[in-house]
Amino acid sequence: MKKKFTMHVNVDSFLPATDEEKSYIVQMRPSSTFFKDGIKRLWKNKVAVVSFFIILFIVISSIVIPFFWPYSYNDMLGMTQGKSMDSSYENLKPFQYGTTEQAKIDAGEKVFPHIFGTDSAGRDYFIRVVYGTRISLAVGFFASIIVLIIGMTIGSIAGYFGGVVDLIIMRIVDIIYSLPDMLLVILLASVMKQTLAPALEGTALARIGSNIISLFIVFALLYWVSMSRLIRGQILSLREQEYVLASRAAGAKGRWVITKHLLPNCISVVIISTALQIPNAIFTESYLSFLGLGVNAPMPSLGSLASDALNGLSSYPYRMIIPAVVISLIVLSLNLFGDGLRDAFDPKLRT
Amino acid sequence: MNSKTLLYILKRILLAILTIWIVITITFFVMHAIPGGPFLSEKAITPSAQAALEAKYGLDKPLAQQYFTYLKDVLRFDFGPSLKMRGQMVTDIIIDGLKTSAVLGLVGAVLAGVFGIVLGSVAALRRNKLVDKIIMVVTTAFVSMPSFIMGSLLLVLFTVTWMILPANGTTWQGLILPIITLSLYPMAYITRLTRSSMLDVLGQDYIRTAKAKGVSPVKIIFGHALKNSLIPVITYFGPMLAYIVTGSLVVEKIFAVPGIGRAFINSITNRDYPMVMGTTIVLAVLIVVMNLVSDILYKVVDPRINLE
Repeated sequence: MKKKFTMHVNVDSFLPATDEEKSYIVQMRPSSTFFKDGIKRLWKNKVAVVSFFIILFIVISSIVIPFFWPYSYNDMLGMTQGKSMDSSYENLKPFQYGTTEQAKIDAGEKVFPHIFGTDSAGRDYFIRVVYGTRISLAVGFFASIIVLIIGMTIGSIAGYFGGVVDLIIMRIVDIIYSLPDMLLVILLASVMKQTLAPALEGTALARIGSNIISLFIVFALLYWVSMSRLIRGQILSLREQEYVLASRAAGAKGRWVITKHLLPNCISVVIISTALQIPNAIFTESYLSFLGLGVNAPMPSLGSLASDALNGLSSYPYRMIIPAVVISLIVLSLNLFGDGLRDAFDPKLRT
Repeated sequence: MNSKTLLYILKRILLAILTIWIVITITFFVMHAIPGGPFLSEKAITPSAQAALEAKYGLDKPLAQQYFTYLKDVLRFDFGPSLKMRGQMVTDIIIDGLKTSAVLGLVGAVLAGVFGIVLGSVAALRRNKLVDKIIMVVTTAFVSMPSFIMGSLLLVLFTVTWMILPANGTTWQGLILPIITLSLYPMAYITRLTRSSMLDVLGQDYIRTAKAKGVSPVKIIFGHALKNSLIPVITYFGPMLAYIVTGSLVVEKIFAVPGIGRAFINSITNRDYPMVMGTTIVLAVLIVVMNLVSDILYKVVDPRINLE
């Protein structure tokens, strides 16, 4: 029998563990990170997954298709060098051919079909829709990135420094928030068209077009406010955490604390609200294009295609319906995917 | 109403005035950034004629002085003559356009409110039943569809395919489609808002008490639940008006309605700058005031809400 109060150490307790014993503490399940957890939750959300694949499909096809498609978005098919305009190419219905193409087909050659027909200037409509989708997506994406960068910078400065800085920034945010944004977007877009166009002449930016640049500027000026509010709120709660105090005690400066400690911790909020910003930007772009303030002709965007289709609506309703369906599909699936992201990565945000 | 509420209202009014002033200032300086100035058309004119024109519109004076003159004019609701429509004052064109647009907007807003609240209540009361599911699916579709697409689709269906309504918005029959187009999005939004807040209210204790007392379901809904569930809907009034104003630009273009929205778009394409400035300011004031009213109403209706 063991003596209870002895100083003798039981040597058996200090033997090296056998392999069998070691295997008990090996985790059967690999440890899960926050990111993996989120992906798992997202994967279970069928609506979000379907939306994701729809977006993926649209993005990939809008990038890839123009590389092998035999027509280009600004090729007027009826126009050949040294000949008068062949009007048989204008306003073709889907899967119809112009006279010279028809002759080729009769001679046994193969001609690539015009899946959606051609527009009033004899341009292949399918490739115009694909290009328009590409432009709309790119505008939405870059506008959101601009909003993200500006909103994140200003929001984190306001949240971290607090006090007077915060007060001034938040009053500016309040005012910009109460400005009627759409009206100012229209106003600025219409004016910058005049002032920017000569300034851009000859530079690389001229290819993008003054309207798109002014759209970006407008986004940079007006739309960062909600993002910066969100980030500020996050930072305000995060900066009271002990690890921030520890970092500051170790001598870290504001910039270091913000970029190394605070921003990485609100990254999920940032990603989610950026994802939800993209459909917003796409919507604004198509709205402006529809009003004639979007991309410069002959460059198509989904909004300008819909706007152009308005003139021949009674004869060619499908020219309106096709871009309409594409826009709705993009906006709807981006919104649903964004909601799914939010539910998966930040259940607290759920309203 | 306590002093805190009054202070809040005062603060909001000041913010609104500040916002309007900023809009006017932005409009003025943006317009003066245009090469050649806002009042000159792009036609080449002799230097003497240009000097005469500049003197007439006060463009030869320093910018600061021009700005204060403009501010004074705006306060008197005077935006000067239109550049493109000879002999017409911008103010008259705006008032003319507002007559049609106001009918469009008001009828649209009322329709959206009435149908939204009724459909939302129905969906909440029949929660997870077939009616609720249909309403939710349809409203989701409406919410994610831009107004110009909605308008174009309605135009195709009603004027081209079925041919029951005119495509031109100059007659009253022609206003039916634009009104429907404008009201569908806010209606869908209000439906969803009412549904969720109604569900929230129906789960409250006082509703259970009312049920336990033996109050009839109809009376519970109209006497107890509806009033409280409409509070969040009030906050949507301001954004709804902003939506209707910007939506009407597109809708009036699609259906060729002779309203202020179409005049605005035309003035932008024609570079009729006094007209652009005037319309922007009038519409902005409309939106800011509506936001103010809906914020104050929200606070007055439910003093429990802490907005700060």
